[in-house]
Amino acid sequence: MTGLLSQIFKYLILFIAVFYTIINFLALRQGSLQRSRRLFHAQNFFTLLMMFCCYFVIYMNTEDWMVLGFMGIQIAFFLSYMALFLHLYPDASRVILSNTVFLFAVGLIFLTRLDFDRATYQFLVGLCAMLLMLAVPVVIKHLRVLSKWAYLYAVAGIGLLVLVWRLGSTTYGAQLTLSLGPVKLQPSEFVKISFVFFAASMFRQKQSFGRVVLTTILAAAHVLVLVASTDLGSAFVYFIAYLFMLFVATHRPAFFAAGLGAGAVASVGAYYLFDHVRVRVQMWKDPFSDYENKGYQLSQSLMALSSGGLFGLGLCGGYPNTIPLARNDFIFSAICEELGLIFGALLILIYLGFIIQLFWISIRIKGRFYQLLGTGFAAMIGVQVFMHVGGVTAMIPSTGITLPLISYGGSSVLSTLIIVGIIQGLNITSAAERRQAAGEEVTFHG
Amino acid sequence: MADRRRSAEEVSELQQERIRKTVQAFLQEDTDFSDVDLNEGAVLYDPMRDGTVGWTTKDPQPPQAVAEPQYAPEEGPAGPPQKPPMDSDQKKLRRDILIATYFFVALFLGAIVYLGFFYAKKADGYKSSSYNSKRQGVYAARYQRGDIFSADGVILATTLIEKDGTQTRSYPENRKYAHVVGYSTRGSSAAESLAGSYLMGAHISPLELAKNELTGTLTHGDNAYLTIRSDLQDAAFKALGDRDGAAVVIEVKTGKILAMVSKPDFDPNTIAEDWDKLVQDETSSVLVNRATQGKYPPGSTFKIITALEYLREQPEKAKEFTYVCDSEYRDGEYTIRCSKGISHGEVTLEKAFAKSCNGAFAVIGSELDTEKLYKLCEDFGYNQDFSIGLVYSRSMYVLKDDASRWDVLQTSIGQGQTLTTPMLNCMIAAAVANDGVMVTPYVMDRVENSYGTLVKTWSSAGSTRVMTADEAKTLQKMMRSVVTEGTGDDAEGDNFTVAGKTGSAEWAKGKETHAWFMGYAPYEDPEIAVCVLIEQGGSGGSAAAPAARTILEAYFREKH
Repeated sequence: MTGLLSQIFKYLILFIAVFYTIINFLALRQGSLQRSRRLFHAQNFFTLLMMFCCYFVIYMNTEDWMVLGFMGIQIAFFLSYMALFLHLYPDASRVILSNTVFLFAVGLIFLTRLDFDRATYQFLVGLCAMLLMLAVPVVIKHLRVLSKWAYLYAVAGIGLLVLVWRLGSTTYGAQLTLSLGPVKLQPSEFVKISFVFFAASMFRQKQSFGRVVLTTILAAAHVLVLVASTDLGSAFVYFIAYLFMLFVATHRPAFFAAGLGAGAVASVGAYYLFDHVRVRVQMWKDPFSDYENKGYQLSQSLMALSSGGLFGLGLCGGYPNTIPLARNDFIFSAICEELGLIFGALLILIYLGFIIQLFWISIRIKGRFYQLLGTGFAAMIGVQVFMHVGGVTAMIPSTGITLPLISYGGSSVLSTLIIVGIIQGLNITSAAERRQAAGEEVTFHG
Repeated sequence: MADRRRSAEEVSELQQERIRKTVQAFLQEDTDFSDVDLNEGAVLYDPMRDGTVGWTTKDPQPPQAVAEPQYAPEEGPAGPPQKPPMDSDQKKLRRDILIATYFFVALFLGAIVYLGFFYAKKADGYKSSSYNSKRQGVYAARYQRGDIFSADGVILATTLIEKDGTQTRSYPENRKYAHVVGYSTRGSSAAESLAGSYLMGAHISPLELAKNELTGTLTHGDNAYLTIRSDLQDAAFKALGDRDGAAVVIEVKTGKILAMVSKPDFDPNTIAEDWDKLVQDETSSVLVNRATQGKYPPGSTFKIITALEYLREQPEKAKEFTYVCDSEYRDGEYTIRCSKGISHGEVTLEKAFAKSCNGAFAVIGSELDTEKLYKLCEDFGYNQDFSIGLVYSRSMYVLKDDASRWDVLQTSIGQGQTLTTPMLNCMIAAAVANDGVMVTPYVMDRVENSYGTLVKTWSSAGSTRVMTADEAKTLQKMMRSVVTEGTGDDAEGDNFTVAGKTGSAEWAKGKETHAWFMGYAPYEDPEIAVCVLIEQGGSGGSAAAPAARTILEAYFREKH
């Protein structure tokens, strides 16, 4: 009976996701405040419906009342949080707010299914981060001096990364974490933020070629330290985000192409220089060649994706826990195994809508610094999603990277929520400008 | 309130219109970015320089001259008058961010397309991986494993559902197809493994799949069709009788495996109960498919290769070749004896081949270039893998330059360390018949869904030319003479002509030899190749050749 229910709910969840995705794209079009409110409510309705369905199925399978309690707490928090956020910032982008909650909620659903204790931890971190996020837009709007600290960002960022490289503890073959007492931090997640601030500040004025070179050298220093710490995934995210900022700031596709070329040469070099890079590439080509050891993770991931098929095995119907790190670096496979590749594709579309929103905000706002900030963050999240999905499906070699807002990991959640807060800050600033420019009676709603 | 709302809507529509126009203007603009001046417009108007860092709420109206001429008319009289035109850097920034957006749209859509590709092309393979047993268990509860048919539609494997819902895999032909169809109760093997992902999956409409899941009905998996023909399989099964060994039939031009029997065999219906006994019994290796995994000394069948190499290296000498056989060939301390102590008298190359004179071939073998012979053997498939869809063991050829005299002599008559599978010998016969092109055989023909709609077809994994057509013609004549005037006369049928080669391979002192026959028919226009190996069957001519004829008769009975 439980099995049959899981199957029915599997399709229900898929329908909910379809509706959510459609609304998400409808919301890309600008409209009246009323329209954006209506879409916002509709999205939240489907988010809640999805949570009800998923937690109900999980409850049916685990018969653990805590699961339903957890859902109740989440719903109460999300609803009051969104209300509070919009009360404080009426100009905030509603579609970004609802997407943030949706993606985070999807992450919590799967973490609950995989490992309940970790899900509650993730929720607590997310709760704190979201409260922190309340303060971020006001900082962005009023702290105009933020654009003048370019070298400070660079020094702090590179310094922190070097610190992790030299002192960090090794997890899964990469020096990623820094322990501060009981708290384990992944500084590369936070340096992402300072890195985008750094590049945006450097490019805030139209610059000479020399400044472009200097900026590129400092950006490369970030990336190289990450490569040295064997955190290739982050290195790549920084690198691509920088290329987009460089292109937008200079209007020169040639720079972008040259950057990609240099990246390609560096990748080939890394392939021949570093064993771990070679291993990743070999496992990408044929994960089953070393099934027992190095290929195990990817093999499990591919088998999970394949077994799920289009519709998935149903929530709690598969074996996602056989994939090591299913909770963070391979969560997309775990999701697709149980909810299917169609759901996975919808998730990609939802991320796409989210990222287009981020880019639109960057287009609407005035001022190079803000535009570059928006572009850098949007590109960063976009690349991260693509690399995660591409990596776990063996479209590209796997680099071990989290899926923003969904994957387990305090640092990842915290930094992504801060980024979202910054972008909300941009939207609020932009709306204020427009209101002023067009006269007081005009409101601008994303 | 109503007025205010309308006005907000109007304005946002205006804004949309403006964004649309801006985008249009960007797209109409000259898109050659190479000569863009980075500092263009910056001196005239840069919000960064009026002290407000990065943005301004004042938006000073720039001089009209700065406005792009091609942009101004676009703005037109309809544009909102209070909005200043953007300076060119802003425009370019917006255009470039838009380009970045398109880039990500393409990237993400690409990822979705890849997911589709993954589902269509790769998922089946991963799903049926033997490492994926946990998740396959999930499928077992939802699918009725599909059926396996012979090429002519005989049910070889099907799943019966008891009243209480338990599924039983049933093999109506019992032992006859044991090694081709395999089993699926103790892991899976052969066709059950090869088609596993199709049998336990259904290529039907997603809607029907969903309906079945929602109603709790079992979904009938796809059905697999083999290349095996039931009449030939019957004949091969009977031809071997209760003797151990293997028989393979290949369609010469396509590489389709038309029959494949290995004995001793097992009953796949009771494999689960018999498993421990079968695995523990090491002497008879019942589970091994002797046709593709059994490695035997080729004996005189190897003379095809020795003869071809001789024809290649010394074509003139080969024409003139004569040898006087007195049943023994002595080379220093070594002696090579002809089978049963027969003296063949004076023989040419063709006659030596037909009569399978060991002495003559020892002479020929000792004149060959070892390295070239090694190369030829590898061309012919020794030491090579073939993907035929079933577990296949490499045949083995090791003779190198440093080989001893004895090894050279032994190897040239198919003894020594050389080992071959009945499958490879059948492929070699087929290659000769096919004028020198070796086609990799295959056993899985197609998969259809439960409604008979084609899902996938298989074909040969590839073909290679292993000898010239002229060389093949010469070998064809020689193999024909084996049947007309040599050791293989028992293979000839009443209504078809056969060419082939016999072999009686020694494998252990004091034991009866393994009997080989490899050949093809009809001689004039070859259609099928056959290879029979009978363990300890005695001489190839008397044991294996008649068995091959039995199989060929079944083929030509159907035909004529």
